[in-house]
Amino acid sequence: MLNPDLIGHTFKGESAVLISQDSINRFAAVLGETNTEVAPPTYSISITLNQSQKLLQDSGLDWARVVHGEQKFEIKRPIVAGDSLICSSTIESHRVVAGNEIVSVRSDLNSGSELVVSTWSTLVVRA
Amino acid sequence: MSLVTGTELVPKSYFVNRALLVEYANASGDQNPIHQNEEFAKSVGLSDVIAHGMLTMGLAAKYLSEIKGSQAVKEFSAKFIKPVVVPKEQNVELVVSGVIGEISEGLAKVDLTVTCDGVKVLGNSKGVIKVG
Repeated sequence: MLNPDLIGHTFKGESAVLISQDSINRFAAVLGETNTEVAPPTYSISITLNQSQKLLQDSGLDWARVVHGEQKFEIKRPIVAGDSLICSSTIESHRVVAGNEIVSVRSDLNSGSELVVSTWSTLVVRA
Repeated sequence: MSLVTGTELVPKSYFVNRALLVEYANASGDQNPIHQNEEFAKSVGLSDVIAHGMLTMGLAAKYLSEIKGSQAVKEFSAKFIKPVVVPKEQNVELVVSGVIGEISEGLAKVDLTVTCDGVKVLGNSKGVIKVG
């Protein structure tokens, strides 16, 4: 069970993720996207999924039982190759419905002081 | 194409198979075995391997990108309401359609519908694209 004291807490990544053209190309290719000048709109999930798992590893959240319930992206500008992005994850809410935990996590990707993408993931931890 | 509120966009089909699930797993880093290993998927109560919800959403984002380019996509959200089952050696068809909603200050809302076998797999799937 998620530690309820962590609701509202932000975990900031210590090291930046450097975006390679190759990672954009591979993500785009799977979706059939031929424009690789910018990353596809949902590309940021490939960073935030891994980063938020690391940042929230001691939160009590049982990642092995997590199912993705909802996802939202707000894209201030598209991610491009060469970006160096720091992920900050905040546990925005937590509730228990019929034994399932429903956790909303916001993850922001920043390049220096510039907010590039904000994402919200609703995670359902199955009972 | 100039966009007008109420315009129904031409539906498009996207195909998902096991090979694509492996490619998506490698490109996204989501190696959850429920998306690749039939035995594992069944052991956790699923009927078969299922597609990554984010792959379905990624393909819907591709549809959104085709309107004004991927640079124009400012917001995109969806709820994963039904798993997309991907049986061995099958190309599973996802049909995406969209309707242009309210347009203001250079931004257009787009309501998307994504179905598999006639059943909605994404709920409340909405995008905002820059049109100005």
